[in-house]
Formats: sequence, C-alpha cells, structure tokens
Amino acid sequence: MSTLHRLKVEFSGGLELLFGNQRVHTLSLPAVIPVDEARPSEPRSTDVTYLIHYLRTHLLTDRPELFVEGDTIRPGILVLINDTDWELEGEGAYELKNGDEIVFISTLHGG
Amino acid sequence: MAPASCALCQKAKAILKRPKTGQQICKECFFFVFETEVHHTITNAKLFKPGDKVAIGASGGKDSTVLAYVMKTLNERYNYGLDLYLLSIDEGITGYRDDSLETVKRNQQQYSLPLKILTYEELYGWTMDAIVSEIGKKNNCTFCGVFRRQALDRGASSLNVDHIVTGHNADDIAETVLMNVMRGDIARLGRCTLICTQGEDSIKRSKPFMYAYEKEIVMYAYFKKLDYFSTECIYSPDAYRGHARTFLKDLEVARPSAIIDIIHSGEAFGVREDVKVTQKPQQTCKRCGYMSSNDLCKACTLLEGLERGMANSVTTDRARKKLDALGPAPDNLRTIPQFRPAHLPVSVELPKTDL
Repeated sequence: MSTLHRLKVEFSGGLELLFGNQRVHTLSLPAVIPVDEARPSEPRSTDVTYLIHYLRTHLLTDRPELFVEGDTIRPGILVLINDTDWELEGEGAYELKNGDEIVFISTLHGG
Repeated sequence: MAPASCALCQKAKAILKRPKTGQQICKECFFFVFETEVHHTITNAKLFKPGDKVAIGASGGKDSTVLAYVMKTLNERYNYGLDLYLLSIDEGITGYRDDSLETVKRNQQQYSLPLKILTYEELYGWTMDAIVSEIGKKNNCTFCGVFRRQALDRGASSLNVDHIVTGHNADDIAETVLMNVMRGDIARLGRCTLICTQGEDSIKRSKPFMYAYEKEIVMYAYFKKLDYFSTECIYSPDAYRGHARTFLKDLEVARPSAIIDIIHSGEAFGVREDVKVTQKPQQTCKRCGYMSSNDLCKACTLLEGLERGMANSVTTDRARKKLDALGPAPDNLRTIPQFRPAHLPVSVELPKTDL
C-alpha cells in the first residue's frame, strides 16, 4: 500500500495568477513516485522535482512557460521548503515529507 | 541534507543562501546584514545629510515597499535625521495602478509616513487608459516611462524635497547595463551605474538598493511579512528589458555573482572626454521649463503628438519632422504644470494616528 503525503503549497509574487488566482493549495501526493509518471522507471521517493511536474500537469491553469523551464522551476522564481531557501535543502532532489509546506514566489514582477 | 547552521552566528538554522556571497545564514542575521549593507551603501556614497527631506518613490511593489520599510528602520536606527515621504504616481491604469495604490495607502498607515499621490490626469490631462485607447498598446511604454520620470520630479518639487530615492535593485541595474551595451548607448551606459544623479530643480535621485539582490529583497519582504502588490502591468511589458532580464536570470543560476559583477563592470566603464563632448548639452524646455536636450522636452513632444492626434509619429525624428511640416503647434497646447512649491500649496495626506 502506498502512503500519501499531505502538502501545503503556496504561490505568491504574481504566480498565483497562473494557478487559478488561488494562493494556497492543499494536496496529497503518493510518497513514492508513480512509475508511469516518473522519468526513471525505478521507484523513487517523491521529491520537489516531482512536485513541480505535478503542479504543472494538474494545477497550472495558464502559461506554463512562466512557471517551468525544462524539468525545473523558471529562473527568477524563489522556492522555500518549510520557510527555508530550497538551495539549502537540495533543491529538486529534496524528498518530501508529510506536512511539508512549499512556497513559490515570483520575483519577476515590477517593483 | 542536514540543516546547516548560520555562517555568521553559528547558532541558528540557516534559512537563506546569499546569492552575492554563497553564505548560508539564519533569519535574524539575514535581516541584520541586509539592512547594514544598505546602510553602508548610503553612508559610503554620502547620500544624505541631517535635515534632508527625502521622498521614497512608492509603487506598492516589492522593491519600493521594502525600501520604505528599510529607509524608515535605518533613519531611526542610525539617526539620519531625514524627513521621509512616500511619493506615488498614478498613471491611471484601471485594474493595475488603482490596486497597487491601495497597497501604498496601507503602507502609509503601517509606516506612519506622509503620502503624496500625483496623477497623470492632473499633470498631462491624459490617463494611460486614455493614451492606450488613442494609440494602442505598441508604444505606450514610451509614453508611460517619459511621463513617470517627469511626474516623480514634479511630485518631488511639490513636496519641496531634496532627494528622491527609488527601489531599483542590483538586478535592475545589471539589466540596464546589459541593455545599454547591446544598444550601444554610451551616454546612458556611463550614467546607469551612478548611485546618485541630479535631476530637475537640483533634486537628487538615488538608488540605495543598487547593490541589493532581488532575491534578497523578496526574501526580506517574505520573512518580514511586508504587504506588497505584484501583478504585471496590463499593458504590454517592456519587451526589450524582458530579454535582458531572462538572460540575466539564466546567468544568475549559473553564477550568482554575475549580477554584481556586471554592475562592477558598468562602474569601471570609462567614457573618453572627446566622446562626451558629442553628447547634447542640457537646456530647458521652451514650453514647460523642464530640463531637456532639445527645444521641447520629451513629455511635451509626446503630449503634443497626442493632442494633435499624431501620437504614434512622435517617437522618431523623421516623424517629428513630418509633424512640424504640418505647421506650428497650436497655441492652446497644454503646459505641463511644474508644481514648484513657491506657487502651489501642497496637500499631503497624513497618516491617521489611531494608535
């Protein structure tokens, strides 16, 4: 039986406009990446790279090129994992845990 | 990855990797170094003297919101002795500027700073909505940019301030350096990395955030829970800047110090004296009196085109000649008001003192 991770995902800095103008989303992801969606065919724990892929395919409503570039986030978007810069947490390779809070903030809008 | 401890205090958990230095630091140390670096930028450049009246150009966006907060904090912490004001320009863009000005009005209350809002409508007789319905979305950024720059100066004049500070950050400056290199704009390339320039009526303009990374400004706003507004302007964005920005953000991923490196390159760029003399001398606009390098300043030229129904033709020299060939400008053309403090009483909205 696969377990589920419950995650809180927040968009700000204008990114919420790409996600139905909704800032906070609560979602459940399988703890292990489903084989048919994952790039490597062997099972691996659900990480932030998979979360980005999931958000892009399931929640994004508008203009994917403003959110992703290749299989990562578009440069200029900041990511925080439990209020810590994702650059300190292994970026896309960070393995998600139940209850994690992920924040995406665009810096690309006018100041 | 195990959570690292802060490279500065060695105690708290690191929450941020600084793009400028690669250091991993905690929240409190981040606030402290961010504010202290801005303080050093201000003191090294000797931007202010005690008693100066300083207007903060406030759009409600991230940069100016953080700037207002940090200017107020530093003014109190280091006793700069500055009289701070918020100065906002209302371009008249429904669904964009009206919303962002609501943010500025909240900031006014939150930071207890007096606020002055100046509208394109009262200055030029045209809102951006009206301009776009006249000329379309193609060249409207030209109008908006020229009009905003003058509006800030005129607003500052009406507040009788010595100085305008704007929220331009390191990323903005690096972008501008790249754009000026690509366009071969020598005059602007020489000027764009100056922290302080002299504008109309000897009002200084400066950029206390010119060495502050956008990433850190946004992180600062996030961790301080500052209230800012973020939506793209509903009219077409500055496409040329967009290319420079995308390129710069890609560079930053590969090498975070690239942004500060480009600024340093721009600063080190010297313009030879014999190149400088070919640049046009400054004079004053024959119609409104604003500083200008031609008989008419850019705002008056653009406004004349709008009023004569030839708005799209005034963005090039050739089209200007065509306009002139149609005869002299009608004498009922609007003179853009200067708002010199001696002539006009200033009404400033004071923050409510409800606490």
